[in-house]
Amino acid sequence: MSQLALVIDLNVCVGCHACVTSCKEWNTSGTAGYLADMNPFSKDPTGTFFNRVQTFEVGNFPNTETVHFPKSCLHCEDPPCVPVCPTGASYKREADGIVLVDYDKCIGCKYCSWACPYGVRELDEHQKVMKKCTLCVDRIYDESLPENERKPACVMACPTNARLFGDVNDPDSEAAQAIRERGGYQLMPEWGTRPANHYLPRRKTRITIHEDELIRADNPLYKERQLPMPDADDPTLDETTSW
Amino acid sequence: MHPAFSVIFLTTLIGAGQGLFLALYTGQLYSVFKVLPVQDSADFYALGSLIAVLLLLAGLFSSFFHLGHPERAWRSAACWRTSWLSREVLTLPTFMGAVAVYGLIHYLGWNPVLYSFRDTFDIDLSLVIGAGASLLGFTLFLCTGMIYACIKQLQEWATPLTVVNYTLLGSASGFLLATAFAAWQGSELTEFFGGWAILMTVIAFITRTASLIRNARIKYKTSLETAIGIRHARIEQKSQGFMCGSFNTREYFHGAPQHIFRLIKWSFLVLVFPIPLLLVSIGLSANALGLLIAAFLVQYLGLLLERWFFFAQANHPQNLYYQTVG
Repeated sequence: MSQLALVIDLNVCVGCHACVTSCKEWNTSGTAGYLADMNPFSKDPTGTFFNRVQTFEVGNFPNTETVHFPKSCLHCEDPPCVPVCPTGASYKREADGIVLVDYDKCIGCKYCSWACPYGVRELDEHQKVMKKCTLCVDRIYDESLPENERKPACVMACPTNARLFGDVNDPDSEAAQAIRERGGYQLMPEWGTRPANHYLPRRKTRITIHEDELIRADNPLYKERQLPMPDADDPTLDETTSW
Repeated sequence: MHPAFSVIFLTTLIGAGQGLFLALYTGQLYSVFKVLPVQDSADFYALGSLIAVLLLLAGLFSSFFHLGHPERAWRSAACWRTSWLSREVLTLPTFMGAVAVYGLIHYLGWNPVLYSFRDTFDIDLSLVIGAGASLLGFTLFLCTGMIYACIKQLQEWATPLTVVNYTLLGSASGFLLATAFAAWQGSELTEFFGGWAILMTVIAFITRTASLIRNARIKYKTSLETAIGIRHARIEQKSQGFMCGSFNTREYFHGAPQHIFRLIKWSFLVLVFPIPLLLVSIGLSANALGLLIAAFLVQYLGLLLERWFFFAQANHPQNLYYQTVG
């Protein structure tokens, strides 16, 4: 069974928020209704977003790292938000594993948002229903788009290619390979939610050079440099050798 | 979590309603076995049931304010196989209906004796329906408690004590109301209900204190390390990704200053337990209706604060992602 998901490479994410704005732009323009912004031009503006980029500082100065951390619905393989929904509005698709909300069934009780440990569901203040990342379900299957554009809007927008999209259950997919080969991990594994989205860790590229790699141990010149210089009136091979 | 007044009123009102019905039925059950005198059907059981139904209705009404789409509330009966919320949604009206039928049987006197045990103990229709309704009442306590107790990562709630406290606090409140109601009716059951109310309040004090002690000692399973998956002792948030509020900053933080938070804890501990115990004890010995009503009202006020504290105390792991605006 396939499980579509994002693999987010924290090693290359530069925290530019392009995925945030691209997500908002695509999903506020869709047929499911806009993502409401309340007081957009006045005090305390607030709005519905599916995706956010946060920034953390790891370590003690001066040995610190700034980690930009994009966070959206992780499309858990065992999603805690689904069984608690009293109406069945919150569901996980059998075919591709995307967790979705049926906006026509949702009663806006917010119980699913309590059950999600990651805080990736947001109640739309205008439509009064729970909203969340759809993995751009209205994009990835749209055959009117060129095939290489059938990806979530955030993936298309990422300038550093920090977001990979694919079926994490297909071992040959780019996403699954990245998880396997580059140490992909899940968030809050302690709650048994088995998130489908994975994160690739920060990595340092270091090269270890030993001293004997810099000085050639078997250098013939090194061994023979004690040889006496030829006399000045001896015939020499001027151009080819120094003695 | 951010305490919602709709849910605070829902849980406290239905708790009192459930407790009141359980008190009435306990009184009737005892009278069948000739331990307590039989009460007047219409004045006592029917009127008492009416009060219970009104409390349950008020709770149900309050719950609608929690919903974004109250007109779709009927849909929430669908997923009773998996969702405790759905189970509560089904149990509440069923229980309410059963209490209404119980009251109606008493009011109209349609109460035939179904079975007479050794010609001494008469099992009548209301007793059978009341037994079913009591079962539903306990199921409703279980559902209400489990709504909170089943969310694993809200560690303050994920304990059997949650269900125990909902049951005991609701029952204590209902028995206290039954005491005042019986005193108002001039019934001999006043002291019977009062005794149970005292007992339940004392046990509830023990279990609620136990949950407070447990919650004060909680070790959180989630830290910033597991939240962002970076193993380091010092991780500090520098930006949550936006300046002003969002659903995440409104729904999961109670927002009260620490001193108010503590004040509410101590207020509910005083208002729910010692003051009502004192009032009901004096009220029973002096046979003062006013004090008994005051005991119920003071405890109810305390329960509102208790429920506020219950929600506010729960610490959602998502809060780790929203520590700093930027």
